[in-house]
Amino acid sequence: MHVAPAIETRDLCKRFGDVKANDNVSLVVDQGSVHGIVGENGAGKSTLLKMLFGFYQPNSGDLIVNGEHISLGSPAEAMAAGIAMVHQHFMLVEPFTVLENIVLGAEGQGLLKQAEIDAKAKLKGLEQQFGFDLPFDQPVSQLSVGERQRVEILKALFRGADTLILDEPTAVLTPQECDQLFELIKLLKSRGKTILFVTHKLHEIMAVTDSVTVIRAGRVIVRTDTASTSPEALAEAMVGSKISRSVTRADTDHGIPRLSVQNVSALSDHSHRALQNISFDLFDGEVLGVAGVAGNGQTELLEVLTGLRRVSDGFVSLSGEATNSKDVFTDPISLRRAGVGHVAEDRLKSGVVASMSARENAILGYHREADFCRGGLMRLSAIDQAANDYFENQDVRPRNPDLPVASFSGGNQQKLVIAREIARDPQTLIVGQPTRGVDIGAVTKIHDQITALRNAGKALLVVSADLDELMAISDRIAVLCDGKLVGIVPISEADERTIGLMMAGSAASSLVGSATEGQDQ
Amino acid sequence: MEFITDILLLSDSTLRISAPLILAALAGLCAERAGIVDIGLEGKMLAAAFGAAAAAAVSGSPWVGLFAGIMVSVILALLHGYVSIHQRGNQIVSGMAINIMVAGLAPTLANAWFSLGGQTPLLDNEARFTAIDLPFAKSLEGVPMVGALYSDLLSGHSLLTYLAFAMVPLVAWILYKTRFGLRLRAVGENPEAVDTAGISVTLLRYQAMVIAGVLCGMSGSALSTALGAGFIRDMSAGKGFLALAAMIFGRWKPVPTLLACLLFAFVDALQGRLQGVSFPLIGEIPVQFTIMLPYVITVVILAGFAGKMDAPRASGIPYEKDR
Repeated sequence: MHVAPAIETRDLCKRFGDVKANDNVSLVVDQGSVHGIVGENGAGKSTLLKMLFGFYQPNSGDLIVNGEHISLGSPAEAMAAGIAMVHQHFMLVEPFTVLENIVLGAEGQGLLKQAEIDAKAKLKGLEQQFGFDLPFDQPVSQLSVGERQRVEILKALFRGADTLILDEPTAVLTPQECDQLFELIKLLKSRGKTILFVTHKLHEIMAVTDSVTVIRAGRVIVRTDTASTSPEALAEAMVGSKISRSVTRADTDHGIPRLSVQNVSALSDHSHRALQNISFDLFDGEVLGVAGVAGNGQTELLEVLTGLRRVSDGFVSLSGEATNSKDVFTDPISLRRAGVGHVAEDRLKSGVVASMSARENAILGYHREADFCRGGLMRLSAIDQAANDYFENQDVRPRNPDLPVASFSGGNQQKLVIAREIARDPQTLIVGQPTRGVDIGAVTKIHDQITALRNAGKALLVVSADLDELMAISDRIAVLCDGKLVGIVPISEADERTIGLMMAGSAASSLVGSATEGQDQ
Repeated sequence: MEFITDILLLSDSTLRISAPLILAALAGLCAERAGIVDIGLEGKMLAAAFGAAAAAAVSGSPWVGLFAGIMVSVILALLHGYVSIHQRGNQIVSGMAINIMVAGLAPTLANAWFSLGGQTPLLDNEARFTAIDLPFAKSLEGVPMVGALYSDLLSGHSLLTYLAFAMVPLVAWILYKTRFGLRLRAVGENPEAVDTAGISVTLLRYQAMVIAGVLCGMSGSALSTALGAGFIRDMSAGKGFLALAAMIFGRWKPVPTLLACLLFAFVDALQGRLQGVSFPLIGEIPVQFTIMLPYVITVVILAGFAGKMDAPRASGIPYEKDR
């Protein structure tokens, strides 16, 4: 007998202004299966999810749940249709007990005492069925992250969910907690629940899903059974392969490294090990690209290199006339003065102050310097001059430094930031996501700029989630996986397949060899 | 014997003074537990005091006065709610605006309506909430200890004082034992969780503001129709802020808040008793200093003991659906 899919979408579209966040997305999630959705950050995964649990409404397309065409106007309606979402950031009230969190909004009656007694009886059954063991009377604030996640899942089951959407559930978990989660997912599946598992970690897809859909740039690239695919194929589908532009390259000076990273380890904000024993050198006249699936230590590496995060082990040193002290890496101010520019990964978070004018943003981070500030007073005409120069040089539009940075497009914001960071002619430039949220027109210009700096003998390190971009501008590509440096590949030996495999964690040396063998056959 | 009389008198004034404080502090508690900082308690109290006194003066009934006081306060609470919930405005600014507006508006209206230089007419006892004798108070008066405690201390307060104390367990019961209370507390901690649970954040917060308005209205009415006998310019005299401090000192919980109110009321009563009293060595303390006492103690307590840790997490933050 044919069973209708738990969730099916046909040509679902969602636009925000001119941007198509979801473009004809068709998805089939079979009843009682674990279906994975993978895609890079910004690929449109979250938009799709938000339509599936009623937070957004699609512009066009059909949503079919258990064979019925429905439209979901709110999360409550999605819940009524048996779809529940476990958010990446838990929707829990921390001072409340586990039980209070579970009954909130589904109390059933006005008085709590009876509601809690009834809930406990119902939860007993669920606990036995799914093997939960949660301390119902403890405040959620005292639970571990893994336990909180199980509270969220139990909350969904308590409300009678048949389909659970897990949005990047492993992002905040320790490896042990991940294993527990995978066990739970398998148990849920064996009890007939359907699970939509969203992640950008490929080994998780391989470990728990039955089938998988890859999304890139708002479109479905491929839908396949997990058994018949491989991490490499998924990685390639995820990052895509556009035609890489050939860039004229001057020679790299492999003399003394400009920047040297030695055995560096660092902790993440959650005190997990984000970087483990990383060593590499950055030379003058090269672009070292850093690739990896998001969340594998790239952010922490950028922070270490720009003085925003302390290393727990090892050190970073800078050579050259300015300084030879490793201490500069604990302090962004001295780092800038020592000639290290920083184009921040998250522009709006740490690159600009969006509500301040472009003129003020043009000197941010350099506002202490003598030419902009004397005796505590800002030198307005010098600042004005600088801002106008940056606007002119980088063709920032509109040409109005009085506007708040928020009113510029992403591309123009980025151009302003780059102008600011290279204005003092730094010998080293650390760049995070050079073209994230940047319009196509500005991308080429930014790439040309990076190449020009490289050809002028500067040392550049570029972290990007866009593999095509790294292939286009880098001389060497370093790949991070799980906080470890998998390897560094010269651009001449790098191809999507090799890098994709390395992003999935396979060591470089074996890969380059096996890739060549593969071609021989 | 004189010492015991002193203690009794002091305790008696403490209870009397604490009533408007308790009601206002509970109002602030309900608002903040739902995530809305209500620094406009002072203004609402003063407005309610004026409304109650004016209506009682015109109608001759304290009940009409109480109703008017509550209505005025609820309207202001809803105004604050509109700014905070719908317009996502700054809640401190909105609260202060209410305080300043009422401080000017109430005496102006009083002057326009009654032409008494910004006051309302002196209320006679029929138009006030006067002392109530509890059952058997008269007959127990002669009994040692019991008589002093029951007949002198507990009996003989106004209805609003008894109501104020009754509100503490009521508010606690609503907050901790009902579905509404659970949701109210949740919306002050994590409105997103409430929203995804399919409950309206907006409606809950307006409901909390109405409750705060009613409680604050009772508080203001107590000032002008129970403790006093009419509205006088600035008669709230910072009691709204004192209530806010008591709520913080009471860590946003009803019973500790009650105790904090009693402490503040006690210091206020003590201050009244200390006026004109001559101390050995120091002599008489100037009245300006004794009046300062409750406020100084507030500052010391808040600086020393009150932690930010216990505040509802979403308090003061407007809820925006998709950040």
